[in-house]
Amino acid sequence: MFNAASIIVGLEIGTSKVCAVVGELGADGALNIVGLGQARSRGVRKGEIADAQLAEEDVRHAIVEAEQMADVEIRSVYLGVTGGHLRGFNNRGVHPVVSADREISEDDVQDVIKNAKAINLPAQNHVIHAIRQHFLVDGQDGITNPVGMLGSRIEVDVHVVHGNLNRLQNAIRTVKGLQLEVDDIVFNGLASSLALLTNEQKELGSLVIDIGGGTTEYVVYGNGIIKHTGVLAIGGDHVSNDLAYGLKVPLSRAEQLKIQHGSSFLEEAAKGQTITISNELGLPLKTVNLEHLRRIMSLRLEEMFQLIGQDLEQAGALDYLRAGVFVCGGGARIPQIAKLAEHVLQMPVSLGKTNSISGLKSALDQPEFAAAIGLVKFGSFQQRKRAAKSSLTDGIKNTLGQLFRRG
Amino acid sequence: MNTIAQNNPVVEGPKKSFSLKVVGVGGAGVNVMELMLKSAPPGVGFAAVNTDAQSLAASSASVKVQLETQLLRGLGTGGDPDQGRALAEEQLPKLKSLCEGADVVFILAGLGGGAGTGISPVLARAAKEAGALVLGFVTTPFACEGARRQRLAQQGLAELKSSADGVICLPNQKVLKMIDENTSVLETFKITNEFLADGVRGIWRLLMHKGLIEIHFPDLAALLRDRHAESAFAVAEAMGPTRSREVMDKLLAHPMLDGGQILGESEAVLVSLIGGPDLTMAEVNRVMEQVNRHCEHAQVIMGAAIDETFTERLAVAIIAARGNPEHESAGTAATGNGEEFAQQLLPCSTTMRPGSRFVPPPPTLGSDQVQQLLARQGRGGARQRKSPSKLRQSQLPLEIVSKGRFDKSEPTIYKGEDLDVPTYIRRGVALN
Repeated sequence: MFNAASIIVGLEIGTSKVCAVVGELGADGALNIVGLGQARSRGVRKGEIADAQLAEEDVRHAIVEAEQMADVEIRSVYLGVTGGHLRGFNNRGVHPVVSADREISEDDVQDVIKNAKAINLPAQNHVIHAIRQHFLVDGQDGITNPVGMLGSRIEVDVHVVHGNLNRLQNAIRTVKGLQLEVDDIVFNGLASSLALLTNEQKELGSLVIDIGGGTTEYVVYGNGIIKHTGVLAIGGDHVSNDLAYGLKVPLSRAEQLKIQHGSSFLEEAAKGQTITISNELGLPLKTVNLEHLRRIMSLRLEEMFQLIGQDLEQAGALDYLRAGVFVCGGGARIPQIAKLAEHVLQMPVSLGKTNSISGLKSALDQPEFAAAIGLVKFGSFQQRKRAAKSSLTDGIKNTLGQLFRRG
Repeated sequence: MNTIAQNNPVVEGPKKSFSLKVVGVGGAGVNVMELMLKSAPPGVGFAAVNTDAQSLAASSASVKVQLETQLLRGLGTGGDPDQGRALAEEQLPKLKSLCEGADVVFILAGLGGGAGTGISPVLARAAKEAGALVLGFVTTPFACEGARRQRLAQQGLAELKSSADGVICLPNQKVLKMIDENTSVLETFKITNEFLADGVRGIWRLLMHKGLIEIHFPDLAALLRDRHAESAFAVAEAMGPTRSREVMDKLLAHPMLDGGQILGESEAVLVSLIGGPDLTMAEVNRVMEQVNRHCEHAQVIMGAAIDETFTERLAVAIIAARGNPEHESAGTAATGNGEEFAQQLLPCSTTMRPGSRFVPPPPTLGSDQVQQLLARQGRGGARQRKSPSKLRQSQLPLEIVSKGRFDKSEPTIYKGEDLDVPTYIRRGVALN
């Protein structure tokens, strides 16, 4: 009954967990989430694979769980990638309109996009996304479709996300080791934003911050298009590590303390309080100062938002954010994180909700799954695009896909 | 336009009472000058100044000046700018007489070595004293040539800027982007030399040819003076009826301009157009319109010139100068007195102990306090500042703050800060 093309799987190999989400694309184009599998991640540091064997095992667990839940066989996935080596920037392409009547044709548009995508990058870097922004015709801004217009010069901006090819290949190889195909690789931040934002929010301008275990990704939308992206190789792991160092407790204990007692602010009430850590038998082992815990944590989180704020200010992206900031990822679970972000960034902040897909309601409300769900959504866009294309040109395989099949 | 008809038919000749002298200083400078010698219009004088006898012997310049003392034995300065500077100071009259009679002196040099870095600032001063306007064309070394050369080059650049009327600087590192992996070292240097020569030609065409729109040298000097740290050159040529559009497309596709991006970031842009007698105002206008659209924030100086050999052709040279705040501050620090001390102290203390993360922030001193300190130290101050780097005690590579979980992963460095280290430690927040 199932057509293989209608099953879309998003796989996120995160620093703290591996998460596979199965979506089903109905004949009417509606996307339905039918399965979800996750496993604790052990082989990933700062969003990149550090131990391939462990990572492969974890991916297998997550995939098997998702297969069981959705009752399908997973053959290919959309793979989310992240890491401190990813960079995003805007590039402009220019093309003169040469036809006698100065009418912009489809070819001109293709040419200008080609020009914009011709980027001078070091050989070891790979372009993950080249996302088209608005066109300019003779300097006139904000044109979405210039075909048929008159003009002598057409320009277009593309937002390019690129990263180190070898480091991207690590994740791809892990997935391939499990006899799974990679349909495409997607920047995690982009995936999260797809899951959280409605078209209206994209149009108004919003910032999505995905605070993960090892990395924090952020994406700025303005006027319906992606304006800026970035990755900060700081995440929940850093908070745990700071606590382990500052409170002189083992890392696992620090992790536990973070979850049980962590908060974004150092309140007056917490001052002078202590927490007693006890072993399995209930005997007290150590007392920890709650004030120190909160202070260490709030400083780290505050700094993280400050770094994001600085980057956005530098990129001139702060002015676009009229719909505000949306926080997702495991970091969104930290109490009062929105308030802290509001305090640092000076704009309304709320926790993101994955409200754009139906099915599996309880699972969808978790902020951790935003990226994986976004991957499925990205996949559904690609699938629709491919379906439209294949009817015309007998299915041109995605060049990216081919590249990875070769590799 | 009338002037063209009235004057003698040789349009290529220099303007009356205007003489230009091109002086190549040091190995690289002499090489660039050689390149230009071949295509030089009459009326341009060439001179080579170097400490290395071999390089001078190979040069075909009409005037050669070898700065020489017994100590060097004709082998050059050995990469020490102080030697070059001392030599040049010693033979200042010789340099001055070299520049005698020229209205404009172009100094070509590759900074970072001994001769170019040391001599060119002194030469610039000598030329100025001889009554000429001085424009420097220099390259800074490739990053792979080492930090020391880079630092020397930056110092030399700052000195040259203070003594010349204007400096155009081409960082060699920029050229690296344009060459493919198979380019040999020789070719690479040839390319950088050609780039510099192209830039010089672009400017001298402007100054020497009969112009439709003329550029006056003082304007040019004012544009380039002091505030620009590096420049990008691009030269393009096109033929045929659509030449104005074609030439612009070529320019924008030029790798040195990063697809026009550099233009948008630059503070000052100089455009030199050169065409045959058939160059029309409309064409000039079309080119300038495009340039202006790309560099909205920049001050644009343009000139258009006529050369009969360029009939049906159009060549455009663009020099985009970008302001660099870092270098600017370094430049002012070198001239200021009170703040200089405080600024030099800071990097000194951080470079001394790279392993430590507990470097306390330096006490903030008012400028008068600093001056007091300086006065107390008296003349020995400069020597004392240098001595700790020589008497440096070696330090064991102790990692004071363990990175715990991130021990083996790639550090997250952001603006020189290791973000893997807990924030409270980096900010010096005490837990008690």
